[in-house]
Amino acid sequence: MFNDIGLILPELVLFLGAMGLLMLGAFSSKDATRTVDFGAIILLLVAAVLSLTQSQNGYATAFNGAFVVDGFAALMKALTFVATAIAILMSRDFMAREKLARFEFSVLLVLAATGMGMMISANDLIALYMGIELQSLALYVVAAINRDSLRSTESGLKYFVLGALSSGLLLYGASLIYGFSGSIEFAEIAKAFQPVDGQLPIAMTIGLVFLIAGLAFKISAVPFHMWTPDVYEGAPTAVTAFFAAAPKLAGMAIFLRVMLTAFPDAIIAWQQIIIFVSFASMLLGAFAAIGQQNIKRLMAYSSIGHMGFALVGFAAGTQDGVSGVILYMTLYAIMTLGTFACILSMRREGGMVERIDNLAGLSQTRPFMAACLAIMMFSLAGIPPMAGFFGKLFVFRAAIDAGLYGLSILGVLSSVVGAYYYLRIVKIMYIDAPSEDDYQPMPRELSIMAGVMAGFALLFFVYPAPLIELSNGAAAALLNGAGTDVVTGLLSRP
Amino acid sequence: MTLTSLAFYLFASVSVASAFMVIAARNPVYSVLFLILTFFNSAGLFILMGAEFLALILVVVYVGAVAVLFLFVVMMLDIDFAELSEGFLQYLPIGATVGLILLLELLLVFGASSRLADSNPLPRATPEGMTNAEALGRVLYTDHIYYFQAAGAILLVAMIGAIVLTLVKSNNPRRQNIAEQNARTKEDGVALVDVKPGQGL
Amino acid sequence: MQDLLSNYYPILIFMALAAVITLALMVVPLFAAPHNPDSEKNAPYECGFEAFDDARMKFDVKFYLVAILFIIFDLEVAFLFPWAVAFGEVGLFGFWSMMFFLGVLTIGFAYEWRKGALDWD
Repeated sequence: MFNDIGLILPELVLFLGAMGLLMLGAFSSKDATRTVDFGAIILLLVAAVLSLTQSQNGYATAFNGAFVVDGFAALMKALTFVATAIAILMSRDFMAREKLARFEFSVLLVLAATGMGMMISANDLIALYMGIELQSLALYVVAAINRDSLRSTESGLKYFVLGALSSGLLLYGASLIYGFSGSIEFAEIAKAFQPVDGQLPIAMTIGLVFLIAGLAFKISAVPFHMWTPDVYEGAPTAVTAFFAAAPKLAGMAIFLRVMLTAFPDAIIAWQQIIIFVSFASMLLGAFAAIGQQNIKRLMAYSSIGHMGFALVGFAAGTQDGVSGVILYMTLYAIMTLGTFACILSMRREGGMVERIDNLAGLSQTRPFMAACLAIMMFSLAGIPPMAGFFGKLFVFRAAIDAGLYGLSILGVLSSVVGAYYYLRIVKIMYIDAPSEDDYQPMPRELSIMAGVMAGFALLFFVYPAPLIELSNGAAAALLNGAGTDVVTGLLSRP
Repeated sequence: MTLTSLAFYLFASVSVASAFMVIAARNPVYSVLFLILTFFNSAGLFILMGAEFLALILVVVYVGAVAVLFLFVVMMLDIDFAELSEGFLQYLPIGATVGLILLLELLLVFGASSRLADSNPLPRATPEGMTNAEALGRVLYTDHIYYFQAAGAILLVAMIGAIVLTLVKSNNPRRQNIAEQNARTKEDGVALVDVKPGQGL
Repeated sequence: MQDLLSNYYPILIFMALAAVITLALMVVPLFAAPHNPDSEKNAPYECGFEAFDDARMKFDVKFYLVAILFIIFDLEVAFLFPWAVAFGEVGLFGFWSMMFFLGVLTIGFAYEWRKGALDWD
């Protein structure tokens, strides 16, 4: 039992800490929002460090196989928790100025991070579902947290209704899989789901399709993307920044784990679906974003497209592919958070602006913000030598090694189309004439964040080895189930 | 035709019919009442399957709480429901298509299940000579403590969410504070002022 | 299967009886009661006036909050049933497991109390 508690320590710390912060916020006589935010950031960083140290344990399961800790879980959890912490840090100024500052926001984000940790470490279908629900329920609430705004409540409601639908699909698939494999544990399902006479059991394949549909919704891949633009546009911008990073990391992590540990022999069944989803997401992300005027909506389509690119590596199904997905998602999270640090700074005298036209001439009025945003746009477009290029390079290389030439060519083409709208923003910032009224100065934490992320995206090519090695180690840990020690392996390098 | 199958057909047909009435009824309050009837009949079906605990929970939670919540929501919204439900049945073709697809899939699954049923028998839900609730209670809090505590976390989020989204702070100035009233003494409330004649206050 | 149904025999008969009586009370008036409507009889009655507006009026959102908090605690109680039935079997660990669960929800309860969600006005 104590061993089990040691394994869930990061989640336990977050959960108990969230309750502590809730009590602190409720019982302090004056407004404790800033204290609670600060405490939440500390908690998330502590949990991230704890989960990284867990990778030394190798592969271990807790609670009768419901919960698994390995190098993959350790890395993905640490990334998710750090992304959540950054989202809270970036939200502080925005929420205070929009009069949305409530201590519950950080508490809900910490609880969502707990759910994400549980998702990433899920080792059976019930644990998977409980993690997803804990995360989603907190996300529905924060999407609607600006309850006096029609758009925010509408986005929360849409997210909730479609999220409930996707959970229903996922449960339907899970119950079929349980019914025919006789077990909820991923390893047992893998044993039961073997091709019989060169043919997969049809009922389980149907279950698998429903499961994929439910998971694809969580990472907003086409054709389960329809909620994304409305939710991203309607939710308060700080919430959107969070939505675009951490839940995507966790969703992709559990997607990888389910497919590769529960259905390793059914790759012929799910590979086709992933190829289709990836293909459709890349195309939709590239073409639908062109006509957008609102930058949050544009980022929604951009994130759909990026999920498509990450899925290219997933479709390969190889260790290189998984490693590419992990690297891609990490870089994507960094670029997205950096972009949102700039979007959160688009504030004029009268309040926030969200239209792309509002960025006209930014290079003259706010050169630092324009430079950061431009670097982010170049990186998101995948132009070398920015970080985004390396992400694309790795997933496409894995896909070509796996013989997926069509998908790779299509990916490159859609990234060319995507470059158009990213570069259009750069053009608007640097070439168009500025409008009269000036932006207010960037809040300190946002400018630090934007600077750090832009610097990372710009200089990643100088020393990419640590991150690549981490992703390789995590991918090996996921595929072999072996105790590959991600962190100490890296630290002991000369 | 045993009594069991008679009971099954009774519960099943009433629950399908009342489920249809939930979407077909013109008055939304009737819809909710039909929904309650559906819940009751589903509880009956659960009992026939031997899932007595689920039947109990269905009645306690769904009939007792969820249906009441639905009634509140129906009453809270100030919408002309007769007008709103005009268009409901026009979605019938789409709904029927989705239903048909699900039915086909279920048939496929059942077709496959006959092949698998002998080779891979599932364990019985409850051991012999034990009620549902007891069988559940023996494992839920010890072997499956992880799921159990996760359910607690989800309920906590639901509670925070409900308050964050719906609690309206009213600044009612005439709110009664009984403790304050009782603590008031004559010294606090009454001041004797010696008013000199001809000067006023 | 047969013994399962015999356990529920009384309630089955009870439900059948209730259904028969209810239906009878609904059907008999159709034939027995005098039925002679006119437009005045069918009009809504409001103390002699014409009806001013719809009988439906907006409920305060507070009702909703109360109902949803009720559901949450209802679910909590649902977890207590199997625990109580198997209390002798689950041992000390099962006991503390439930205490932790109740503790989590007590934290939620303290929060809603402090926020004033239990005050009506």
